[in-house]
Amino acid sequence: MEEMQPKLLDLIPNERGWGVTANDREMVIGGGFGVREEKKLELRLGLPGEEDWNANRKKTEGLCANVKPSFSLGLFGAPQTKQEAGLITGEAQKIHAKADKQTSVVERKAIAHAATPPAATPLPSNSRAANAPVVGWPPVRSFRRNLASTSKTVLEPQKWASGTCAKFENSTKGLFVKINMDGVPIGRKIDLKAYDSYDKLSSAVDQLFRGLLADQRSEIGTEKNVEEKGRAIQGLLDGSGEYTLVYEDDEGDKMLVGDVPWEMFVSTAKRLRVLKSSDLSASTLRTTSRKRAATEC
Amino acid sequence: MKVQSAMFYFPEEVIEHIFSFLTHHPDRNTVSTVCKAWYKIERLSRREVFVGNCYAIRPDRAAARFPGLRSLTLKGKPHFADFDLVPPDWGGLAGPWIEAMARSCPNLEELRMKRMVVSDESLELLVHAFPNFKALVLVSCEGFSTDGLAAVARSCKSLRELDLQENEIEDRGPRWLNSFPDMCTSLVSLNFACLKGEVNLKSLERLVCRSPNLKCLRLNRAVPVETLAKIMNQCPNLEDLGTGSLLADQFSEAYVSLISALQKCKKLRCLSGFWDASPLCLLAVYPICANLTGLNLSYAPTVQGQDFINLIQHCVKLLRLWVLDSVGDKGLAVVASACKELQELRVFPSDLFAAGPATVTEEGLVAISTGCPKLNSLLYFCHSMTNSALITVSKNCPNFTRFRLCILEPRKPDPATNEPLDEGFGAVVKTCKNLRRFSISGLLTDQVFYYIGKYAKALEMLSIAFAGDTDQGMTYVLNGCKNLRKLEIRDCPFGDGALLADVTKYETMRSLWMSSCDISLRGCKALATKMPSLNVEIINEWEAEMEENLNNGVAEVISNNNNKHINNGNDERKVEKLYVYRTVGGPRTDAPDFVWTL
Repeated sequence: MEEMQPKLLDLIPNERGWGVTANDREMVIGGGFGVREEKKLELRLGLPGEEDWNANRKKTEGLCANVKPSFSLGLFGAPQTKQEAGLITGEAQKIHAKADKQTSVVERKAIAHAATPPAATPLPSNSRAANAPVVGWPPVRSFRRNLASTSKTVLEPQKWASGTCAKFENSTKGLFVKINMDGVPIGRKIDLKAYDSYDKLSSAVDQLFRGLLADQRSEIGTEKNVEEKGRAIQGLLDGSGEYTLVYEDDEGDKMLVGDVPWEMFVSTAKRLRVLKSSDLSASTLRTTSRKRAATEC
Repeated sequence: MKVQSAMFYFPEEVIEHIFSFLTHHPDRNTVSTVCKAWYKIERLSRREVFVGNCYAIRPDRAAARFPGLRSLTLKGKPHFADFDLVPPDWGGLAGPWIEAMARSCPNLEELRMKRMVVSDESLELLVHAFPNFKALVLVSCEGFSTDGLAAVARSCKSLRELDLQENEIEDRGPRWLNSFPDMCTSLVSLNFACLKGEVNLKSLERLVCRSPNLKCLRLNRAVPVETLAKIMNQCPNLEDLGTGSLLADQFSEAYVSLISALQKCKKLRCLSGFWDASPLCLLAVYPICANLTGLNLSYAPTVQGQDFINLIQHCVKLLRLWVLDSVGDKGLAVVASACKELQELRVFPSDLFAAGPATVTEEGLVAISTGCPKLNSLLYFCHSMTNSALITVSKNCPNFTRFRLCILEPRKPDPATNEPLDEGFGAVVKTCKNLRRFSISGLLTDQVFYYIGKYAKALEMLSIAFAGDTDQGMTYVLNGCKNLRKLEIRDCPFGDGALLADVTKYETMRSLWMSSCDISLRGCKALATKMPSLNVEIINEWEAEMEENLNNGVAEVISNNNNKHINNGNDERKVEKLYVYRTVGGPRTDAPDFVWTL
């Protein structure tokens, strides 16, 4: 503190709230973390009930000591109950409509990006939002991130005694393909090797996009209930649902997912798309029987 | 008068010769600005160019200026792209650069790229356009597959270096290794550690056999111990080795063979890989540890506890060490007692969630600083840190040039005092006069930025996350850090006031990244208006979503806050991601829809 000369701060133009007296300075710099006036500008990740949250915070000296439930966006671990988790995502929608857009942006982002942990089995969107780490945090490259999440499957002591040298585990040999969904601007990547059947893939796609899609819908102004947030994306494979899963194969053709044997699908699929079933027409897809007659592509 | 005329006829060759002693890029850039004659001499004799931001200049212009170019280094996406903060398809395409070089710089021999998108077609073009091509280094790149690697292997007559570091490479099978022609004997360095797929082991062995100059070889996880042993027997002159999988049975021939092979490699200085390493295989490594200067165990979660201690205590000459935090404070204490020459330490997290078990803390770092006073480069992921530890560390190691500390839990205060970590980080900038790169974390107020602005005069790159209270914080940095080149900020409460505090500053920097801060469209537009020499790009994912909904004929009512057009008058909208950089190339022509250049 002794380096703090009064002169220096005086030279700083347009200082806001820093004051010119030694006392003021000490107040702001000494022990506080700007909980006072500067609150508004502060970016926080936490429950939207701001007053409660601040009260909680003021109670404790440190930010993290007792506020674990508040930081339900994954910074400090899982929420206590699923209800709490649902509350978070529900609250997140309310936030958007009201004040403090900045917090909402962050929360939306955190929820929306909860789908991106690579190589991880997708969880239901509620608890995923709560358990999910902040996007891009900690700052490790995706290469290393993949290692960290899959390394645990490799730590099996009996392997060391075996006479055979191991090829590396199947679980780490991912086959990531891009997947885009109508109405969701940012694509994701999905590991085809993590599934062994179309049903599992369909369910994974549902989980991956379910929360995101509901977020988009609430975003554009339609008032959806909290329950709708978890509405499943069904009927991806048989054309019965609102959305249908299609893929592009290595020849660039768009195909309906589900027609060929699973293994063949995995080896030829280059990217996936989740299209609105209403947008699909016979002309945009080639079936495996190669009916080219009426196609317009 | 006489002197003047003598200078007028000063032969170009002499000037060129003098310039050849200038190896530092900024120096060469400076002499080129002296006069037209020097500009011309410099540009024709320039052999190496470093482009820190591939959008700072148009590829055509760079290629045309330096026709004699032999070596090009390019960096593409912003640093935070490594952490998924930049959407896919953002840009950073290598294609236009390779095409431009193909047109104007036929003598290109080396290409190094970081965070760029490279296609297989570009790789094909690369090896066909440049007959003398020798070295390809790709770091954190994507967009290509093993087919592209096959093209490189197949067509490069005298390939010396193929170095792939942490790239996303699509695996299309192991055939690419076969593509090295039989007469290719020029390999000096081959690194395919980041490849996830199988490799053809026989091809690999044959390739190594016919590469007498091989000094650096980094294998991927698919290469078993038997093959490693065979390879090691073929190259006793290897200096840098990245092992494949190190699983082996004690009594297997492979293990015995490995031991004897390793002992023959007297020149081995750098080891990495250690995938799935068993304690037995580590035993095999002990005899060569005493000469190691570099050791990377950061892909080996199996090397921990006593295994790690047994290994590291032999490594007395170690200069660079990369480990996982599973070695614990205890492991770091052993490092501190054994590795007295240590200059660089990186401790990576083995568990990415802050809620996991604590493995390294401030104690480990203090121990290291006490035992290794030569430490100048640090990357440390930990669960907690105290001010007093940081103060001690900076006293013990005043020579830091790179100091990056990541406390896994954002905004975590000093657990001993519950105070912010301003004083601790402040101590680092006060004592380390040569600090060039700084990353901070934990609970931080504007105060830490005051210290950075005041003391970090040599600072070139600063990374900030979840820190600060007001615009003043960022302003301190912009005003004080004279040598700042790259500033990247995420999740901090800095708004338009900070962004616009010193707009001309950005012209002296390479780039600014701000995401999840408090800046608005109005502020960004103001910046763009005031500084036409900058590209002010915003990435607005939610705006892009509005467009797409409209295009799809979605009939819902769109509320006021989400109008799709950038100029609809609602400038108060917050900007999610901002990327500002100086450029002479004008706005990007390859920007995707979700990137708006203001």
